[in-house]
Amino acid sequence: MIFDNILIYFVIVPLLTLLGLALCNNKGVAAIRAVAVTGATALVALAVYLVMIFLQVRGAGDTSEMILQSNVTWYAPLNIELALGVDGVSVVMILLSAFIVFTGVFASWKINPLPKQFFLWLFLLSTGVFGFFISVDLFAMFMFYEVALIPMYLLIGIWGSGSKNYSAMKLTLMLMGGSAFLMLALIGIYFHSAPEGQPLTMNLLEIAKNNAVPHEWQLYLFPMAFVGFGVLGAMFPFHTWSPDGHASAPTAVSMLHAGVLMKLGGYGCFRIAIYLMPFAANEIGWIFLTLTGISIVYGAFSACVQTDLKYINAYSSVSHCGMVLFAILMFNQTAMTGAVLQMLSHGLMTALFFALIGMIYGRTHTRDIREMGGMMQIMPYLGVGYVIAGLASLGLPGLSGFVAEMTIFFGSFENADMFRRVLTIAGASSIVITAVYILRVVGKLLFGEVQNEHHRELTDASWDERVATAILIVCVATIGCFPNFFVNIITDSFVPVVDALKNAM
Amino acid sequence: MDYSQFLQMPQEVGLLLVFLLVFIYDTFMPQRSQRALPVFTTVLFAIYTALCFVPCQCVNACEAGSLFGGMFEVNAATWAMKNILNVGVLLVLLQAGNWTNSDFMSVRRGEFYELLLLTLFGMFLMVSARHFLLFIIGLESASLPIAALAAFEKNRYESHEAAAKYVFTAIFSSAIFLLGVSFVYGIAGSLYFNDIASSLIGEQSALLIAAVAFVIAGVGFKLSLVPFHQWTADVYQGAPTAVTAYLSVISKGAAAFSFLVILAQVFGAAYSTVWEWMLYAVIILTITIGNLFAMRQRNLKRFLAFSSISQAGYVMLGVIAVNTLGMASMMYYILVYIFSNLAAFGVIAAIERQTGKTTTDDYNGLFKTNPWLSFTMMLAMFSLGGIPPFAGFFSKFFIFVGACHTGSVAIYVLVLIALINTIISLYYYLLVVKAMFIRQDDCVIPAIKSSCGERAGMILCALGIILIGLVSCIYVGLTEATESVSEIFALI
Repeated sequence: MIFDNILIYFVIVPLLTLLGLALCNNKGVAAIRAVAVTGATALVALAVYLVMIFLQVRGAGDTSEMILQSNVTWYAPLNIELALGVDGVSVVMILLSAFIVFTGVFASWKINPLPKQFFLWLFLLSTGVFGFFISVDLFAMFMFYEVALIPMYLLIGIWGSGSKNYSAMKLTLMLMGGSAFLMLALIGIYFHSAPEGQPLTMNLLEIAKNNAVPHEWQLYLFPMAFVGFGVLGAMFPFHTWSPDGHASAPTAVSMLHAGVLMKLGGYGCFRIAIYLMPFAANEIGWIFLTLTGISIVYGAFSACVQTDLKYINAYSSVSHCGMVLFAILMFNQTAMTGAVLQMLSHGLMTALFFALIGMIYGRTHTRDIREMGGMMQIMPYLGVGYVIAGLASLGLPGLSGFVAEMTIFFGSFENADMFRRVLTIAGASSIVITAVYILRVVGKLLFGEVQNEHHRELTDASWDERVATAILIVCVATIGCFPNFFVNIITDSFVPVVDALKNAM
Repeated sequence: MDYSQFLQMPQEVGLLLVFLLVFIYDTFMPQRSQRALPVFTTVLFAIYTALCFVPCQCVNACEAGSLFGGMFEVNAATWAMKNILNVGVLLVLLQAGNWTNSDFMSVRRGEFYELLLLTLFGMFLMVSARHFLLFIIGLESASLPIAALAAFEKNRYESHEAAAKYVFTAIFSSAIFLLGVSFVYGIAGSLYFNDIASSLIGEQSALLIAAVAFVIAGVGFKLSLVPFHQWTADVYQGAPTAVTAYLSVISKGAAAFSFLVILAQVFGAAYSTVWEWMLYAVIILTITIGNLFAMRQRNLKRFLAFSSISQAGYVMLGVIAVNTLGMASMMYYILVYIFSNLAAFGVIAAIERQTGKTTTDDYNGLFKTNPWLSFTMMLAMFSLGGIPPFAGFFSKFFIFVGACHTGSVAIYVLVLIALINTIISLYYYLLVVKAMFIRQDDCVIPAIKSSCGERAGMILCALGIILIGLVSCIYVGLTEATESVSEIFALI
């Protein structure tokens, strides 16, 4: 039975929350919040429990590629299954998503108008996210992927600010455009998933085992799949939806989007594009490596000249997410482990950033750093939070960013060829640029002079905001201080991918 | 003549029975009970539809076969297709109940239902015909009464315009189709599908190319494929909404199915030499042009007309696939399309009947006053745009998989073009969602009170949109049905 598998509950719990929300009265805000918090708490509990199970199974010496596998036939004529399974990477991604959803609920505690509908879409989005991470069937993954994308349109369109119509449409069409290419790639992979004469399959573990996609097909399908996911991973030049989308989105949506949704891109790139088509990855991976290298530097430079707090972080996201794809394309275990650490780190610290920005904006009603200053005196709690997030972002040891970037650049430099080493050096230079734009904002926004006398009357964080930020800060520090815990979970998962890449050379 | 063979066509006999009962009720019941005619018809048709599903399982065992000397064929696929059409007609009847009960319809209420059922009968003939003579009888009886239906609101100028345009197109396209068939007769000397198919093997004459082109053009008019689509928008806009709904899903579905049968079974031998490339070009044009024009429309009925043109292009992907998987995907696509499009038309009809408003801008802020109507409309738009977890996503995916099953690179390119077009279509479907949920307006449409029938129709549509995709048994059943008729692809 599929219901014996704990993984399926990552989809069922959000769906039940959706149902509960649907039954709530539109006016009963307390009930709506209660249902949302219950659902989010249940997800965190499930995620923590999953990590414990994972450690237990691995501790017992089980080295199979995926644990907790179960298959149920769905569409037999096309060999579509509801196939579940997780490895170390999916486990930490699930953990991350659960925490971001949890804090996202608190960050949107006072959302107005239509709180019920807001949480409905939020949980539909998280259904898609969790479904994507627990599935190993191409069709199911793709379906959940799109389920996670479309709520963004309404979340930004209805609750957003600024030029929200434009941003929401741009974001939706660009992401859906990427997934159109992705869909064709998946169909192409499906029809070449098994050697001649054997039944086709949608299960990605079996496709990887068969390794039957012909080389000439890989050369066409790999770019489609990589670009499909790369759009979501904000890869240059397909990143333009990201700054606009983030700037217009409400706080919780920015958090979820940067913290979780963009991770689907990186995860999909390595799980589907690279793992299933290692030959093409070796052959033409350098094109995308160059593009991601540009993303890292370009994103950082763009962030330097922005004055809107959200745009600064959106461009810094482009840079940091570029680093994820960059590390994945380095094709060795260390760099790929760094990529996942970076996903975790970026997810948490960007969520923290956007939460803080949302809270500051909610008080000052401006996000322009030229109109603000001296926030440290006025709201010390939020100010300290912002400094911590900033330091994590520029890679201070002891916080998550340092660990991730360190691992990535060490891993990248392990590659012996000149091309990759040069790119690594170029990529590493972004750390300096990051320091520039982070310190500029911190100096101006927190320690500068108070620009507007009305700002002196503003209050510091309320309890729900403290919960959200405190959890995120603790998480960021935990990764920074105990990276080995996560590295141990993650790193073995890359063995099959790296092996596949080596064999395809 | 052996009358027992009529027992082999229970769906047609049942439909005629429904028609006769409606006719008798209309003619002989007193004036005061006439208002119950819509309910009577709908209930009767619902019972008939439900009964048709019962023997579906055993159709292979006892019902399959051909009759009238091979002119008419009953098999699992035709059975399933007729059931799909029945479901669609039932939804149309549910939604039309309120409109036919309005005062100006009082003397012609019966005619509406009788004509509707007769056109459905014609479509059943098209679906089952294995002889061109019978096919043309079906085609004519399926299209001419629709002109009368389109002219039903005789006080409205647009309604007449729609009827006139429709009748001219219908006649013209039939003439072209007949010309094509006469060429075929000239080559093969027979009108039986099987006889023609076997005598066309190896045939490469210019006459054959002309014949296929004319047949594609003739049916292309019915399906409103580009470049035979010019009439669509005006007719859809002018005709009463119930008729437009019927026209856009039911007659399109029947035509698409019979188009597949004719192309695959009759011209199967000429697939790669003659018509694959014709259809290839037609599909690209249909999807792209339908989409590009739909973007500019402000009137929702015109908008859906162009959207249905481009959807017909997607349906044709199932035809060009020429395999059982593609055929099953096409039938599934039609089923999903029926539910999605009828949900949209249901909302439009309900709002139009009470406020007369039909443009996108009128829908601004609709969510505030009519949350359920907006929700239904949103489901319809998402499903038409192919967004999971709604049925439209599954049908699009399956039809693409069906097409790619052929394995040729050209078809992959075609699917890529279709996929890029889904993004364009998503843009204009989202415009409607945006109007309802995001934009605000001072003069919002007030809360609409819909009748029981309308409500039932919309709830059924919404449930269908949500469930048809997630429940796999429908698609699996369709693939089994098409597996059993795989011999129509024998010549590909």
